Amino acid sequence: MIEAKTLSKRYNDRLVVQDVSLQIPRGGVTAIIGPNGAGKSTLLSMISRLTPMSAGSVEIDGMDVTRTSGSELAKRLSILRQHNQTSLRLSVRDLVAFGRFPHSGGRLNAEDQRHIDEALDYLSLNEFQHRHLDELSGGQRQRAYVAMVMCQDTDYVLLDEPLNNIDMRFAVDMMQLLRRAADEKGKTVVVVLHDINFASCYSDHIIAMRGGRLAWQGTPDEVMRDEILSELYAIPMQVHELNGQRICMYFRMG
Amino acid sequence: MGLTTAARWRVLLTGVLALLSMIGFMTWNVQSDWAFIVEYRGSRLLAMLLVAVAMGVSTLVFQTLTHSRILTPSLMGFDVLYVLVHALGLAFWARLGLDSMPSVIFILDVLLMAGIALVLFRLLFGDSVRGLHLLILLGMMGGLLFRELTELALRVLDPTEFSIQSGRSIASFSRINLPLLWVGLVLTVACVALVFALRRRLDVLNLGRDVAINLGVPYRRTVTLLLVVASVLVSVSTALVGPMLFFGLLATNLAYWIVGTHQHRWTLLATVLVAVVCLVGGQLLIEQILQSRLPFVMLLELCGGVLFILLLLRGVRE
Repeated sequence: MIEAKTLSKRYNDRLVVQDVSLQIPRGGVTAIIGPNGAGKSTLLSMISRLTPMSAGSVEIDGMDVTRTSGSELAKRLSILRQHNQTSLRLSVRDLVAFGRFPHSGGRLNAEDQRHIDEALDYLSLNEFQHRHLDELSGGQRQRAYVAMVMCQDTDYVLLDEPLNNIDMRFAVDMMQLLRRAADEKGKTVVVVLHDINFASCYSDHIIAMRGGRLAWQGTPDEVMRDEILSELYAIPMQVHELNGQRICMYFRMG
Repeated sequence: MGLTTAARWRVLLTGVLALLSMIGFMTWNVQSDWAFIVEYRGSRLLAMLLVAVAMGVSTLVFQTLTHSRILTPSLMGFDVLYVLVHALGLAFWARLGLDSMPSVIFILDVLLMAGIALVLFRLLFGDSVRGLHLLILLGMMGGLLFRELTELALRVLDPTEFSIQSGRSIASFSRINLPLLWVGLVLTVACVALVFALRRRLDVLNLGRDVAINLGVPYRRTVTLLLVVASVLVSVSTALVGPMLFFGLLATNLAYWIVGTHQHRWTLLATVLVAVVCLVGGQLLIEQILQSRLPFVMLLELCGGVLFILLLLRGVRE
């Protein structure tokens, strides 16, 4: 379980995240939604110890993230942020192999190779595995980074806007993959999403943030409601039920 | 991930060249008796090897930390900072009665310089390095500032000392600071051993701060340690022969090209070999074989400077 207690982040005088307390249970897919500047990414990076918190605490399965050793945490929790660009000439396979670093310290054994093959397979990157990162499209590169995180084989997988810059087909692929990781491998997936309809269709739990605070949380059925979403994003929004899924319409209202 | 066959050959060739340079340096045009040659040329060769290793490795480490192929510790003013610390220290250490012990003074200088470099780096960049161009700009300004402060300090402290020191604003291999050879050797070996031990972490650091933390590298501690290592290596090199601005850049970039990978066990080896070929081989070629009067260090710096501009232009275009 991920447990955040009265978590705050202050940059100079600006409070980006204020007093957020929440619990994310083990298993399933949790989506974090909210307008720009709501503090979603900051929250995620404090949970994953990338950004130090100004106040409050985060525990992963009872381990305080600021006090547990980084290498120990790296075996339980992985985080992928948005802008992953490197000027290095690395092949996809080499990048994915870095995911084994917390387990092997950089010396790959047969089991590590098996994990690497599996991760490449999982993200359908087999045919690209010997290509260099700079020869790939944005979507393929994004998948290579996700493969690295999958290869890390942690119970908790945190992703910050993994659907950025990828087209609808790859976005659907990505969400299905995260769903499978939760259902088949029992992973706990926490993902920041801008497209609320993806959050509605693929997640078990939605956390909605606004102005640095926790605004609402609950199942998609509970959060995907006209009044909640309209207030959250400050525009008129209508939720419709289509094929048993709650889909939100907001593109051109009235 | 290993080396391609072509890269293996290039590394091997560089290794052979490095070896030939060293043998050539010791044996070319020997006219007096061997005992004298071994002692005279041997100590010069050792000093050049130390400078090659120190400049090459410190630049490699620094480039990994800053994710750039353009920056060097010298460009950021590390070497001038050392000169400044040394200049200011001169008066102070003398008062403590340490002026007859150059090695002790050197160690004190190194410690002080590493401390100051660390504090400055942290103040400017906090936890992580962002914005390469800002870094270059600040480094250039820092370098200029330290240079001016050094001149000022020397002028105030001791005008005669000033004329000696200002002759050292560019490196010279004909006036090597030999009393520091052994302490320099110990420090260099220790630093390189540490870098080699951390080579796999360096590979991960190459992917950036966030990925490194995600993969469990103790980021802050590792970066601090590596910055200290870079400061010590720059101090050793500067103390022995004086500041060199672009030599490290030349060595690392040739090494990247030779190995074609970013794995540090290979870039580290190649950087050291290339640096030795450039420094020892270059010196042998220009001064002994061609009998040229051209100042060798200037030539080396010119090559590095041209490469710097080329890399900068390519960076701007991208």
